[in-house]
Amino acid sequence: MKTSVDHGPAIEADRLVKTYPGDVRALDGLSLTVPAGTIFALLGPNGAGKSTTVRILTTLSRADSGTARVAGHDVVREAGGVRRAIGCVGQRSAGDREATGRENLRLQGQLHGMRGRDLGARVDELLEQIGLSEAADRLVRTYSGGMERRLDVAMALVHRPQVLFLDEPTTGLDPEVRADMWREIERLTREHGLSILLTTHYLDEADRLASQLAIVDRGRVVAGGAPEHLKAELRGDAINVELTYTANGAVHAALDPVPGIRELVVDGTSLRARADEGARAVPLVLAALEAGGIDVASVTVARPSLDDVYLRHTGRSFEEAER
Amino acid sequence: MNALRHIGYMTVRDLRALWRQPWYVVATLVQPVIWLLLFGELFKRVADLPGFGDESYIAYLAPGVVIMSALFSSGWNGMATIEEINRGVTDRLLVSPVRRGAVIAGRVVQSAIVIVIQSVIMVGIALAVGATFPGGVVGVLVLILVSALLGACFATLSNSLALMTRQEESLIGAVTLLVLPLTFLSTALMTSDLLPGWMKTVSDVNPVDWAIEAGRSATAASTDWALVARDAGLLALLLAVCATLAAQAFRSYQRSI
Repeated sequence: MKTSVDHGPAIEADRLVKTYPGDVRALDGLSLTVPAGTIFALLGPNGAGKSTTVRILTTLSRADSGTARVAGHDVVREAGGVRRAIGCVGQRSAGDREATGRENLRLQGQLHGMRGRDLGARVDELLEQIGLSEAADRLVRTYSGGMERRLDVAMALVHRPQVLFLDEPTTGLDPEVRADMWREIERLTREHGLSILLTTHYLDEADRLASQLAIVDRGRVVAGGAPEHLKAELRGDAINVELTYTANGAVHAALDPVPGIRELVVDGTSLRARADEGARAVPLVLAALEAGGIDVASVTVARPSLDDVYLRHTGRSFEEAER
Repeated sequence: MNALRHIGYMTVRDLRALWRQPWYVVATLVQPVIWLLLFGELFKRVADLPGFGDESYIAYLAPGVVIMSALFSSGWNGMATIEEINRGVTDRLLVSPVRRGAVIAGRVVQSAIVIVIQSVIMVGIALAVGATFPGGVVGVLVLILVSALLGACFATLSNSLALMTRQEESLIGAVTLLVLPLTFLSTALMTSDLLPGWMKTVSDVNPVDWAIEAGRSATAASTDWALVARDAGLLALLLAVCATLAAQAFRSYQRSI
């Protein structure tokens, strides 16, 4: 069932607050806007409020205050409309393990009002797409982790939703299955024009998949934008140079005049600096060091990572927050 | 209409899961069969006491054991609900447009259908070991109906407990605590004339006894239809109360997530 054409954002959340018993403030005024047709990542450590946000947006749970609209429907007043427009893949595989893959897909379609040939054809099509045609009539209990995960995705898509929620879809998967999931998610947005809200605590996952992301920390969005944009805000790449021997004063004398080099730190034989465009600055740095008679052992340039972004906006490194 | 269809989908789903583990159905039958055979034999002479009339003890016992088997199998109905909550299946269903009530109602209907099948098997076994049902086919049908009705009450109650506690250990504890006393504080094994006074009083408000009395009267040579109607009515009322409780438990579950 397709609802009326809607050119507004896929998801809009405005100042969501949610407190759990025991005064645990899971959300503390979280706001976000997911443009239609994009993959939007909600990135944050465990307990940051990502899953609570998904629960509220998918009508499972209610916010204490604040409002949210999904596919144009209010999540409280028009919960039915939201449920018809969304598909969800949760953190854990939640297929019926005592049923077959096909039965799971059919039930999901039936609950969305699909029937007869339309349903049968759609189920076959999805089974084919996720490579489960052969295993369609086996009990889900006998599936591998990867198969179960693909079935979860298919179950979320039977009724052709407009907005797809992926709540930590690759947590606990081995790297191969994870890469598989990533390809699947990319294909989905490309081919189906879906809007996707992805929550993850993997920086590389958000970096790879999302065109927009929001960093969540302690129930609030602390930074948002395109991953490239967020990283560009950090102003520049990191240049790391290893010297063959220490030459503190000489390094400064050699590099200070080089244009575009900032934040130079010398620590024994290692020196670190930032430059707007690392690749362009490296030859200048090397030339200046050579001219100063300083021997270089190695040089690396690193693009700023989301980890750096996270550190900058929350004051904690990601690993620290996860602990 | 939509609600009925959704209950249907959920019932089929639950029945199919059960069909794939028939040992569960067999296991819940084992105990009542043992009771029927063992107690039937052990208390054979009890029927010589005044109060039993001229029927054999096994004939007296049979309707009670049919009801007991309904009680035993329905009490565990909430276990699947706990498992599905813990596995995230319930949440997945709740983000779909499924009718909220259908999630539990489907499971209760499944339990009632299983009880009907079990009751037919129990009646067959009882006939084989010498029980008679002078009330005939109509009487047996009424017995099966009240057995399913009582089963539906306890299945609903079991699901309410499941939604509230969300712990298998708690549900097992509660079911064990309820089932045996409710069985013994009834006329399942002993006629009401021979029960101690206080037990008789308790049995009057014991839903298990309502079902046993209705079933026994319906299958007897002369049926007291007023009593059958009253007890069946009480069971229907209890089912409504249990359903309200389940709806409340469901809401409290939704609030907690």
